Amino acid sequence: MNEHTPISERTAKLEGIGCKRKRVEDIRFVQGKGNYVDDIVLPGMLFGDFVRSPYAHARIKAIHKEAALALPGVKAVLTAADLIPLNLHYMPTLAGDVQAVLAHEKVLFQNQEVVFVIATDRYIAADAVELIEVEYEELPPLVDPFKAMAPDAPLLREDIKDKASGAHGPRKHHNHIFTWAVGDKPSTDAAFAGAAVTVKELISYQRCHPCPMETCASVASMDKINGELTLWGTFQAPHVVRTVASLIAGIPEHKIRVIAPDIGGGFGNKVGVYPGYVMSVVGSIVLGKPVKWVEDRIENLSATAFARDYHMTGELAATSDGRITALRAHVLADHGAFDACADPTKFPAGLFHICTGSYDIPVAHVEVDGVYTNKAPGGVAYRCSFRVTEAAYMIERLVDILAQKLGMDAAELRSKNFIQTAQFPYKSALGWEYDSGDYPTAMNKVLGAVGYDALRAEQAQMLADFKAGTSRKLMGIGVSFFTEIVGAGPSKNCDILGIGMFDSCEIRVHPTGSAIARLGTKSQGQGHETTYAQILATETGIPADMITIEEGDTDTAPYGLGTYGSRSTPVAGAACSRAGKKVRQKAQMIAAHLLEVHHDDLEWDVDGFQIKGLPERRKSMKELAWAAYNDVPPGMEMGLEAVDYYDPPNFTFPFGAYICVAEIDVETGETKIRRFYALDDCGTRINPMIIEGQVHGGLTEAFGIAMGQIIDYDETGNVRGASFMDYFLPTAVETPYWETDYTETPSPHHPIGAKGVGESPNVGGVPAFSNAVNDAFAKLGGVHMQMPHTAPRVWNYAKGLGLVS
Amino acid sequence: MVKKLISLIVNGETVERAVEDRTLLIHFLREDLALKGAHIGCETTHCGACTVDMNGRSVKSCTIFAVQAEGARIRTIEGMAEADGTLHPLQEGFRQEHGLQCGYCTPGMIMRAHRLLQENPNPSDDEIRMGIAGNLCRCTGYQNIVKAIRHAAGKLQVREAAE
Repeated sequence: MNEHTPISERTAKLEGIGCKRKRVEDIRFVQGKGNYVDDIVLPGMLFGDFVRSPYAHARIKAIHKEAALALPGVKAVLTAADLIPLNLHYMPTLAGDVQAVLAHEKVLFQNQEVVFVIATDRYIAADAVELIEVEYEELPPLVDPFKAMAPDAPLLREDIKDKASGAHGPRKHHNHIFTWAVGDKPSTDAAFAGAAVTVKELISYQRCHPCPMETCASVASMDKINGELTLWGTFQAPHVVRTVASLIAGIPEHKIRVIAPDIGGGFGNKVGVYPGYVMSVVGSIVLGKPVKWVEDRIENLSATAFARDYHMTGELAATSDGRITALRAHVLADHGAFDACADPTKFPAGLFHICTGSYDIPVAHVEVDGVYTNKAPGGVAYRCSFRVTEAAYMIERLVDILAQKLGMDAAELRSKNFIQTAQFPYKSALGWEYDSGDYPTAMNKVLGAVGYDALRAEQAQMLADFKAGTSRKLMGIGVSFFTEIVGAGPSKNCDILGIGMFDSCEIRVHPTGSAIARLGTKSQGQGHETTYAQILATETGIPADMITIEEGDTDTAPYGLGTYGSRSTPVAGAACSRAGKKVRQKAQMIAAHLLEVHHDDLEWDVDGFQIKGLPERRKSMKELAWAAYNDVPPGMEMGLEAVDYYDPPNFTFPFGAYICVAEIDVETGETKIRRFYALDDCGTRINPMIIEGQVHGGLTEAFGIAMGQIIDYDETGNVRGASFMDYFLPTAVETPYWETDYTETPSPHHPIGAKGVGESPNVGGVPAFSNAVNDAFAKLGGVHMQMPHTAPRVWNYAKGLGLVS
Repeated sequence: MVKKLISLIVNGETVERAVEDRTLLIHFLREDLALKGAHIGCETTHCGACTVDMNGRSVKSCTIFAVQAEGARIRTIEGMAEADGTLHPLQEGFRQEHGLQCGYCTPGMIMRAHRLLQENPNPSDDEIRMGIAGNLCRCTGYQNIVKAIRHAAGKLQVREAAE
């Protein structure tokens, strides 16, 4: 490879932006050589396990731990009473509330952590859990969020009963957390009062769970001699964990090293801080030995995080020819026993106010009430950017319901109300500035690809056959056109615990022309080791294979806010690009020095600098890296490295058009997905192979949510759905075949135009499935069926419409 | 607790260890033998992350006691690549076809696919989907896993024809 090598060949060798580069991390994963938290073994390591509450709401009368303590191998049995002197019985949540680390006086949800046992191995710890007796006095449970603020509703949070206001303003009831509102209420109300057509529907997005294959886990090791704590864990945001650990434990932040090794999927589950993490740290501090905690699947599904549980009463106003004139919504948000939502501090309902969607709606008003119930805390963003999937689900259902009322086609109504390409940057009624988009092109491409008109004709024929009694099958066509808001975010809008949501990249180029880069994010399967190197390759001319990417170790990586909300590419990817450019700028000065020209006389060419008009006189990045360590211009520092902390000027707004074709057997309620076509626009595409993989995975999770996933509770607060017997994870058999497509509308404010994609398929997929199922019944009296659309529920819905006897 | 001596062949090597009756095979493999490729995802036989090959069958090692493996021949993901580091066609296929993301289900998925291809060397896509229905993946949506297994089936058939 030399200066005469054609540009195309040199570009291909880089494996930069746009290349379907095979993943670097796969080499270890396919050989079983990943390094997950449960793989960590330290000398003298002990195991922790919890005694959990069998009740949803009860007073703790007594805890008998003597029998457990007498068991050989048991090293400690810790209760809230042991934590109170350390002021550790409550921990702060990301939402400005506190959460019990171990239940203090009362339990507030089934499977709440009550006692932490530490033993020499996991079997003895489990034995000890069985030997501990806790006496409870049952209290009336509060399960239904709609009854949370009734005058006679039981008081759940005695610890804050006298607090008239919480982190987000005044509380109007002892089970009330916050009211948050945005938009122009008078104008919206006026638009509704004068509207020709309105629709209103209670659209519930059920409680579900991200459920990554690896459950949450941690290993804490306190070095008492040096006062240093090392904490390995399933952390999507390791730096935030370090800061929180320092605040909770009172250990100076430089004495804490947090390491997130390989993570077996996160999907939002691993953003929060959980009692298990805290107790492994406490255990290690108390006993001076490393303590490992690994939750089992039931604990995962019933205690660490949940998602959604949003009950959205949405309304649209429109003209009689289908021009949407206003949106109004009230949301009742069930936050469980503690407000442990993962949202930017200013937004207790996350970015829900993206709920005007892809449509040019002149006025809107949204109000959200958060309430406590006797359920697990959480409210994490399950493969979505802070409540964006709830918003997209509400608007995409409402548009279908409006289309039904107007007698218009669902795709036509959407197209009629689209924000037009010339309107970008577009200021939405609820305050967002959409950066870019080309909605009509995406929509038309998808409608053409699936043969939309022919599908509608086939659907009409199947409906006619059904009505004639010659078939028991119905067809539904689900249209979804979503706009996301991701890449949190501008520090003016977004912070976690007061820390702005920037992200970072630090790159060091070695003398022989290879490099290492470290970032503040943390991959959980997204392939960061592969894609960040591609961005840096394009920016620096160093082949991606020569760039090591590291994340997850707070002692080495620069501070960053972590990976969730599709923020890695929009934020840390931008930092990569900018750090790479800084390296290139210094290399340009060195090249000018070596070539004895002014640096303005040089131009960049794939992997080196050449003199303008004299391309044969050039210095490759490899040569410049060597020179950086022995022959730099007078007065210049040696070395070739850069760091960039990127605070984005705005969010990015990926969008997409999805069509789902479903066939429902009315006799059984079973739904078969005949076809699913997904077009995504995530701006500049860094690795199309990885993007497609993300879309497949996100659609499969969306399919799971829409068609089966629910964590619900019986009237006494017993959690149902907290095992793989009950909680639906699609297997390869149920999972549909996915067809993917794309358009490419780069973000104008992002250094490389990338917008993020990991969550789009979940955000856009759920309404596509739900709209398909609902559409099947739209001409038979159906308006809205709540998710999940399991066969029994669909059958019962059909029965309610008089379609089955 | 009383321990029992067991002897078995793991990835071609005979191992002898004293284990408690209640020790699960997955813990024996991961903690006693430090073969950490098989993972624990549910402990209830549902997810398949712990799948290994035992006496010519796929088993979920989270619900088998180590003592039940007395005398057994076990193959784990660590025993799939050649001694010189050459990847097994399934390992290569998963990488080529982007059949993995977080990697947690991958060792179990590959071991299951290995047995599937022993039973049916040229499966259809539907047969592959049915054949891996006991192994859950949350990242990939399975489509590229199906392609990866098809990729490996093709490679293995070419190899067999050449032999």
